[in-house]
Amino acid sequence: MAPLLKVETLSIAFKTRKGEVQALHEVSFEVAPGEVVGVVGESGSGKSVSAYTVIGLLDQAGRITHGGVEYDGKPVTGRQRELRGREISMIFQNPRAALNPIMPVGQQIADVLKRHALAGRTDARAKAIELLRQVKINDPEERVDSYPYELSGGMCQRVMIALALACSPKLLIADEPTTGLDVTTQKATMDLVRDLTRARGMSVVLITHDLGMAAEYCDRIVVMEKGHVVESAPVAQLFTAPKHPYTQKLIAASPGPRSELADLTGGLPEAPPSIAPPRQRAPGPERLLEVVDLVKEFPKRGGGLFGKKPAPFRAVDGIGFQMMRGESLGLVGESGCGKSTTSSIIARLQDATSGSVVFDGQDIAQHPAARFARMPERGRIQMVFQDAHDSLDPRWSAAAAIAQPLRRISGMRDGAAIARRVGELAEMVGLPSNLLSRYPHQLSGGQKARVGIARAIATDPLLLILDEPTSALDVSVQAVVLQLLDRLRRELGMSYIFVSHDLNVVRLLCERVIVMNRGRIVETGTAEEVLHAPKDAYTQSLVSAIPHFEPERLRAS
Amino acid sequence: MEKLSRIGGRILQAIPPVFGVIVITFLLTRALPGDPAVFFAGLMADDSTIAQVRAELGLDRPLPVQFLYYLRDLLQGDLGNSLSTGRPVLAELAERLPASLELTFAGLIFAMAVAIPLGVLAATRPGSWVDHLCRVLVTAGVSLPTFFTGLFLIYVFYYILGWAPSPLGRLDFLYLSPPQVTGFYAIDALIVGDWEVFWAALRQMVLPAVTLGLFALAPIARMTRAAMLSALSGDYVRTARANGLGGSRILWVYAFRNAALPVLTTLGMVFSFLLGANVLVEKVFSWPGIGSYAIGALVASDYAAVQGFVLCMALLFVVVNLFIDVILTLIDPRVGLES
Repeated sequence: MAPLLKVETLSIAFKTRKGEVQALHEVSFEVAPGEVVGVVGESGSGKSVSAYTVIGLLDQAGRITHGGVEYDGKPVTGRQRELRGREISMIFQNPRAALNPIMPVGQQIADVLKRHALAGRTDARAKAIELLRQVKINDPEERVDSYPYELSGGMCQRVMIALALACSPKLLIADEPTTGLDVTTQKATMDLVRDLTRARGMSVVLITHDLGMAAEYCDRIVVMEKGHVVESAPVAQLFTAPKHPYTQKLIAASPGPRSELADLTGGLPEAPPSIAPPRQRAPGPERLLEVVDLVKEFPKRGGGLFGKKPAPFRAVDGIGFQMMRGESLGLVGESGCGKSTTSSIIARLQDATSGSVVFDGQDIAQHPAARFARMPERGRIQMVFQDAHDSLDPRWSAAAAIAQPLRRISGMRDGAAIARRVGELAEMVGLPSNLLSRYPHQLSGGQKARVGIARAIATDPLLLILDEPTSALDVSVQAVVLQLLDRLRRELGMSYIFVSHDLNVVRLLCERVIVMNRGRIVETGTAEEVLHAPKDAYTQSLVSAIPHFEPERLRAS
Repeated sequence: MEKLSRIGGRILQAIPPVFGVIVITFLLTRALPGDPAVFFAGLMADDSTIAQVRAELGLDRPLPVQFLYYLRDLLQGDLGNSLSTGRPVLAELAERLPASLELTFAGLIFAMAVAIPLGVLAATRPGSWVDHLCRVLVTAGVSLPTFFTGLFLIYVFYYILGWAPSPLGRLDFLYLSPPQVTGFYAIDALIVGDWEVFWAALRQMVLPAVTLGLFALAPIARMTRAAMLSALSGDYVRTARANGLGGSRILWVYAFRNAALPVLTTLGMVFSFLLGANVLVEKVFSWPGIGSYAIGALVASDYAAVQGFVLCMALLFVVVNLFIDVILTLIDPRVGLES
């Protein structure tokens, strides 16, 4: 069968201040009618640039230096405008920002229909409602007048799918369509895309960094690295017998339900060998942390000047758990389940409405968060934040960022001693000492993550709270950071609370897992139990929503 | 309904600033140098006469009591009498305010008519000659003081070229001012259908309005360009493109409506600047507005008049910002929800 889309030896160069940078190097791939092709790769691999070139939305600074795009047997490079919407359409990540914020969603759909003469003034609204119904939005008659800010992320993505499919195109390009959505929402969205495109016989190009998702939804996968296509093969073949070393590395680094921490980097030991001898800690109670009946309420808006105040929203609804010294505990759940609120209360960055947090024999929930910041206990509970970039001051060098807790919390004054300790910490987290004078924008994602970790362990904490520390990192970087965290815990005798939405990642680092939903704990158990034999219905839906690639299963099919 | 209650809430929010303004104008005029009692009593007065005048004016009472009297008078619409003319300040302001407003609106409309299309064009063609022209105009508008632009325009268009009428007031002495309805000469002339006076009023207005407009142009053009650039690179514009929407629909409906939000906020600010710039421009063009009135009052330490002027300006400021906020609420469904 003739391919619907053919990208042929496509090279793209970008104009930058430092001259032209080659973003794509003779990239070629094809998409057959009805085929779902996954384009996978890490950030900077050129997967999005390829997609934007196909649909003709390449940034003005980009220039095609070689090759081109053929659609339906005809070269279309530079003439995609007539095809957009009608023949090729695209859905994007961050769906809420991708919809016009001041226009009702129904009108946005109607706009597309009218543009392609598929609806007139009288029937546009009815057709928009019908499209919303097809993407399984509840109460489409009401939602048609909603603004994007009134809808959840998942719903916005459905609206975007409705927009993209409004004119029945033959090719859909999906650029990381579910990044930032919860796993259950991700599954529902991707299932919807699969069902709708299958029913229409459409081809799909799915761009993703998530190999599990590519395995689950694609027929064929194109692996890209630094602007090159390194491998292209049917799904089963790619996962059972990857040929290119980069593909092998990528597959190894993606945590699956059975992978071990050491497997992630292909069994190679992670960079610098340990220097700090295992520490002897002062003895204390065996039970490091006890959370009792913790409640956090947020007042709701509304009620107005004279109306009755609405009941407050309970983000954390009476949870309790214990943690032993040296233990590592996973806190898992979807957005809004209260896991981040719980962790920031334990870290004493927020005040609880009621309940107690007994840390090392002392109830720390009594001290207001503002006062806790100046107490000696501050240094014993530290946090590693989700966004390694935004949690570093852009005007502070890496060394200054790491030295800050030493000055403020540990009370060190001697410049030479501080510099020595900063060097020591950098070595522990595997940050080359020549990078210490750099600023955040001069560091890579993995290096910034290391700075954040070094800053957190600077005060020699007993408990480290990790809030999604690897969710913004590429899988290969994530693998190395996870190994680093595991090694540091053993060497420094710390305890971890690891907050994450990704059960596969949590399993690698934590012995015990707590699953939260709507502010309550729904299940507790060892990581293996929760992942392989979940008891609670919510946990089951969570586990089954994780996209997996299991070579054994693929081989069998 | 929800929108109405939000607008109502916004109007209520305008009350505290108005009260604050009343307090500040009161205190400000008490802090002015010069003793009005001395002024009123005349040159020949002795100490006892001055004390008598002071008691008549209520100036011997403690400040809080004076403030209460002031509030009572305000509520009755009494802004006091001007010391220099002896007429009620309210009447004098009401006479002169339309002249200032007419000029300010004309300047603002001229600035918007030039700056908004210029900003949009510059944003759609970054790096082109339009973009550079925009940059030059913005720099010039910011760096040239209004009294200079005004004198320069008079020199070129009145003195050298002779295209403009003499820069003396709102209407050439050949014409009679139209019967007052709105107080805006151009509009009043249209109402009675007097085209000749309409054109004369318009001709008289061109130079001062352009002077004001050049000053107002810079912030509007700059904000339009920046807002359009960010809207055009927004994710929702990309989505609209990916779905094949046409260029003009994307530019005006998707990008411009979103860009209009910060531009409107800027317009509110620019209007307030213009009220200030007016003072100088009116002096240069002998425009009988409240700006030139205020300068006269200040020089004569006519405190009732100064008080009335400041109060009038502050109220205008509050009303304009209220108006802009209400428009924003109508355009943007999210207004008032973020907080």
